[in-house]
Amino acid sequence: MLEARGITRAFPGVVALDGVDFSLAAGEVHALMGENGAGKSTLIKVLTGALAADSGTMVLEGEGYAPSGTAAAQAAGVWAVHQEVSLLPNLSVAENLFLGMQPTRFGLIRRGEMHRMARDVLAGLDLDLDVTRLLGSYPVAVRQLVAIARAARGDARVLVLDEPTASLDAAEVEKLFALVRRLTAKGTGVILITHFLDQAYALADRFTVLRNGKLIGTRAAKDLPRLELVSMMLGKGLEEAVQRPAREAASGAVIARFRGLGRKGLVEGFDLDLSSGEAVGAAGLLGSGRTETAMLMFGATTSDKGKAEVDGSEVRIRSPRDAIRLGFGFAPEERKTDGIVGALSVRENIVLALQARAGWFRKISREKQDEIAARYIDLLGIRTPDAEKPIEQLSGGNQQKALLARWLATAPRLLILDEPTRGIDVGAHAEIVKLIEQLRDDGMALYVISSELEELAAYADRVSVMRDRKQVGMLEDVSVDAIVKAIAS
Amino acid sequence: MRKAAPQLIALGLLLLADWIVFPGFFSLSIAEGRLTGSLIDILNRGAPVALLALGMAPVIATRGIDLSVGAVMAIAGAVAAVSVEAGYPWWLAVAFALGAGLAAGLWNGALVALLEIQPIVATLVLMVAGRGIAQLITEGRIVTFTEPHLAALGSGSVIGVPVPIVIALAMVAGLTLLARRTALGLFIEAVGVNPRASRLAGINTRGLLIAAYAGSGLMAALAGVIVAADIRGADANNAGLWLELDAILAVVLGGASLFGGRLSFAMTLLGALTLQALKTGILLAGFPPEFNLVAMAAVVSVLLVVQAPTIRSRLARGRART
Repeated sequence: MLEARGITRAFPGVVALDGVDFSLAAGEVHALMGENGAGKSTLIKVLTGALAADSGTMVLEGEGYAPSGTAAAQAAGVWAVHQEVSLLPNLSVAENLFLGMQPTRFGLIRRGEMHRMARDVLAGLDLDLDVTRLLGSYPVAVRQLVAIARAARGDARVLVLDEPTASLDAAEVEKLFALVRRLTAKGTGVILITHFLDQAYALADRFTVLRNGKLIGTRAAKDLPRLELVSMMLGKGLEEAVQRPAREAASGAVIARFRGLGRKGLVEGFDLDLSSGEAVGAAGLLGSGRTETAMLMFGATTSDKGKAEVDGSEVRIRSPRDAIRLGFGFAPEERKTDGIVGALSVRENIVLALQARAGWFRKISREKQDEIAARYIDLLGIRTPDAEKPIEQLSGGNQQKALLARWLATAPRLLILDEPTRGIDVGAHAEIVKLIEQLRDDGMALYVISSELEELAAYADRVSVMRDRKQVGMLEDVSVDAIVKAIAS
Repeated sequence: MRKAAPQLIALGLLLLADWIVFPGFFSLSIAEGRLTGSLIDILNRGAPVALLALGMAPVIATRGIDLSVGAVMAIAGAVAAVSVEAGYPWWLAVAFALGAGLAAGLWNGALVALLEIQPIVATLVLMVAGRGIAQLITEGRIVTFTEPHLAALGSGSVIGVPVPIVIALAMVAGLTLLARRTALGLFIEAVGVNPRASRLAGINTRGLLIAAYAGSGLMAALAGVIVAADIRGADANNAGLWLELDAILAVVLGGASLFGGRLSFAMTLLGALTLQALKTGILLAGFPPEFNLVAMAAVVSVLLVVQAPTIRSRLARGRART
């Protein structure tokens, strides 16, 4: 149905796509796989009209297809739904569904008609929502479904789903999958980008793997073993796969001790001891209060009960600055809004916390900054043409590494990581897990919040389990089974 | 330097145009121990707006704006004139005026940083009320004075160079040093781009915002003193009227974005000079006065279009291809 041949697109200094072929059949789910920076996003942008290709041809249902912009692509029936849902939470569900093409009479919106049409669309997709309610009053998962419904509402022939499940829980993922299957049954072709291999296998008929802007191959899902898929993506074997090495708990002195720390309406009081050379995990569903524990510990939110001790003496942590002075570091979950300072360079992002701790008056010299940036770019394998590149132009995994570098540069004693591997590709994922293990073994105290239970089971010495904004247990004997049971029980 | 290319070219073209309409444009002479000529005139007349713009630049870099600077000029001029008339020494009168500007800036900063009121609204309060405060201080009169030292701040000269120019250049140099030699530049840009992330990285975002607005108030007061000194009097109704808009325009002409994150004092000065070169050129060209504002609007539009991100990236791509 959609056929792209020899798509090439270069940016200054990098060829993002190099003669890539891609095809999509009607009613098929075609997963586009690759590490961050492989060229997936660029290919999607070309297919959906957000970027023009430098060369190459596209054919949509037998006709030449060269959209001049996303609006033209949508008119041709090619829609994209992105990771960050781009709907308007302050409008109703129906208004979001028909934004820009509301049914009108004499220039006035026919609200009743719009609501009726919205109910039809949602009923056709088996979604039970109140179309008059504000979209913002629904959880993110529902907004994601509405975004897809908006795309599918009209006559979408090609639907691109870019990391649609990144912020969804298992039940919500099932709901989204059901919606996708209903669409493909109607003949819509779906291009899926996801870093969850399970989900890719559950949904996709074919895989296309990109690496460094080049097409590595297109294969039917049923003929492609998982191990081979991953090695196609990485370009190497998987011998470095995560394996838990035997390790005796080498924890040293307690660095930070929290007793009954909490804030009304946010999270109930929790207890935590964080020791040198120990990684403590935090597990729980979304909204269970995991992130809030980190915010309280780091002073990003002030606590109204409980107490914190560092090195045995009681401390008040009222702001991130207080926490940083105590030797804490915190890489937040929302990388874009809370982590990176987008328009600033990789170098500036890396030295930011160190400079903030030194104060405005004692400037780190430019030579020293260059040296620090170069050291961490090398040490963490941050892929960037140079340290002066704005960080927003890096891929997610590399942004995450730069954020870790920001904290490592301050030589923290306690590092708090909130979903450090979320939304990043397989290769960077493995590197970050390895880094966490290494930091732990070097004597840092770590508190790692993660939804990836295998990952927690691999490196956490203990796991704090959260449920309904409450700490419900501390597992000493860590395994995926035990965590799942503790979350569910 | 390459970053400043569009601004330098714009200023160069404007000066060239000024020369075409007024052949004596580049000639300098010394009259009564003082440099004179159109270029000096541009610098001298542009100094107050340049000072306002230098104070405005950090505020805009934090994604804020300060609409009150024109009114703060009026307050500072009134304070200086009234104090010196009341018999205080000239330096104390200047100190009072700067103190008033600082207080105004702290007020703005507190509204923005502590109460988290949107900058345009927070500073609108003082933009409207400030002129009233200035009128209260002068009791509705135009307060004139004859104190020679104070007057020299507006019309004196140092080895032939008019004092306002000396003050403005000293401020550019001092602020540039402050931004380069300390981490303030980095912090201000970081807060402008992403305040949440900056706070989590340990930057004292509130203190920084308050400092930015306080600095803007201080620079506005300095400009107000110079303007009052130049005319040897404080006119609460007209001093600094609409100059907040000139200051914002100067910062933007200097290549900054109202979305914050870019701070350069040297570029801001270029922007202020461009604006003044334009104004002077229009006067020299001898258009009927009713054309002045239209001509200015046309040139400013062209300058802003050339600097617009979409145009810039298109030009950059064109260059990369060839």
